[in-house]
Amino acid sequence: MLNVYADNAATTAVSQAALAAMLPCFTAGYGNPSSIHTPGQEAAAVLDSARERLGKLLNASPREIYFTGGGTEADNWAVYIAAAIGAKKNKRHFISTRFEHHAMLHTLEKLAKKGDAEVTLLEVHEDGLVRPGELAAAIREDTALVSVMYANNEIGTLQPIPQLGAICRERGVLFHTDAVQAVGHVPIDVKEQNIDLLSLSGHKFHGPKGVGALYCRSAVPVASFIEGGAQERGKRAGTENVPGIAGMVAALEDSCGHMVANSDKVSALRDRLIEALSQIPRGRLNGHREKRLPGIVNFCFEGIEGESLLLRLDMAGISASSGSACTSGSLDPSHVLLALGLPHEIAHGSLRLSLSEYNTPAEMDYVIETLPGIIQLLRDMSPVWERIEKGE
Amino acid sequence: MAYSSTVMEHFTHPRNVGKIDGADGVGEVGNAKCGDIMKMYLKIDGDVITDVKFNTFGCGAAIATSSMATELIKGKTVGEALTLTNKAVVEALDGLPAVKLHCSVLAEEAVKAAIADYYIKNGQEPPPETVTAGHDCDECDIHGH
Repeated sequence: MLNVYADNAATTAVSQAALAAMLPCFTAGYGNPSSIHTPGQEAAAVLDSARERLGKLLNASPREIYFTGGGTEADNWAVYIAAAIGAKKNKRHFISTRFEHHAMLHTLEKLAKKGDAEVTLLEVHEDGLVRPGELAAAIREDTALVSVMYANNEIGTLQPIPQLGAICRERGVLFHTDAVQAVGHVPIDVKEQNIDLLSLSGHKFHGPKGVGALYCRSAVPVASFIEGGAQERGKRAGTENVPGIAGMVAALEDSCGHMVANSDKVSALRDRLIEALSQIPRGRLNGHREKRLPGIVNFCFEGIEGESLLLRLDMAGISASSGSACTSGSLDPSHVLLALGLPHEIAHGSLRLSLSEYNTPAEMDYVIETLPGIIQLLRDMSPVWERIEKGE
Repeated sequence: MAYSSTVMEHFTHPRNVGKIDGADGVGEVGNAKCGDIMKMYLKIDGDVITDVKFNTFGCGAAIATSSMATELIKGKTVGEALTLTNKAVVEALDGLPAVKLHCSVLAEEAVKAAIADYYIKNGQEPPPETVTAGHDCDECDIHGH
């Protein structure tokens, strides 16, 4: 039995490059970057270098980079920044999308509950894509922020970020993108793509967990998010996670340095899966066929439920995930799949396979060999499948 | 959330999967919108449940609770089967995560629905024990959040 890790959208293995950058920070270079002594200043130099290199990778200046404890924190902070600016100008309208990550949706809901925000969520249509025209129509005089994810974490669709950013720039509205799934996988240039704020997370591109960053364009005033010391230019207090930051930036340099080769390799694996899984009756690929990340495949299979499928796959050595309700502890199926207009009963039978350059063609063949049998086994005991087969 | 080894055992090797042609009682509960449907088939000889089969669409817990419920009522009298509670199913499985308790409720209801059908097929009024609260989506939402 092969072991196939196909849950890279959840998290990735730490790369050798990242590990090599981190290890010395634990042993020799353990100083606090705020300390005046030599070990402290050495750690500060590691931090400065990381900030500068991350800026370069995004085409931003080091002063526009704020390190955080991950992508979720960066998303929360972006909303907080926009709300603080909006409060001064009496702007409290926020625009996002129906299939945004909960780090964004729940933050907006909380603001709305307090009466500090009015939220418009854009439709993402059957193909999982935001329409620029619909964004343009949704922007109002009092719009404080537009936030659209770069790539969806469940179905992998890539949004038309440069166009959406251009619309916001023209209308004078702040534009944030949750690029957690996209950074390190597709080319990102914050200037060229009209991005004011961007969230990223280290562990989605072979960096460590618990570390991320927020890019905030220099023209945008940054509201402080965590009070305490003067770290992150006084905006985000707390001793910096130097090993995590060093590892994250090394991982991203590695990913960006091999982006074309990785993308070609991973896209080929993805297409092999999509082609084979499309042969399974009553299955459907979720999200636009072309406008998607290299590594994310998401299917719904009628007549079965996602968690059962995941448990059976796990027994066969395949680690995958599902937008299925049962995996999240909630009983509603994925809000992402429902946003595509899928009925509940079909959305329950979803499977996400997310790949990285560490996966191999042989692993894809194993998944392709294994999956149909498991689906059949579950369908054979499913009263829903029985009805589908009878044409009821 | 983690399943007990007993739950995993019943999920991996579910007992009494299938259908019974000419069953004496058939019950189906749940709905696909919520993500769980259980269908239970009973063969009843005299007063004894001589055979039971199930088909389930649902998560690991839904399949395991169906399997355990069939084990608990097989060979029992109809009267004994009517005393089956979801709590007994959960205990026999060495526990279920809190968000999955509704699956055990569904298993109890599936048994009762099949027994009610048996009474109806025989032209009799189903006993009051077969009446359950029902499993609707509002209930799911309460359990789920």
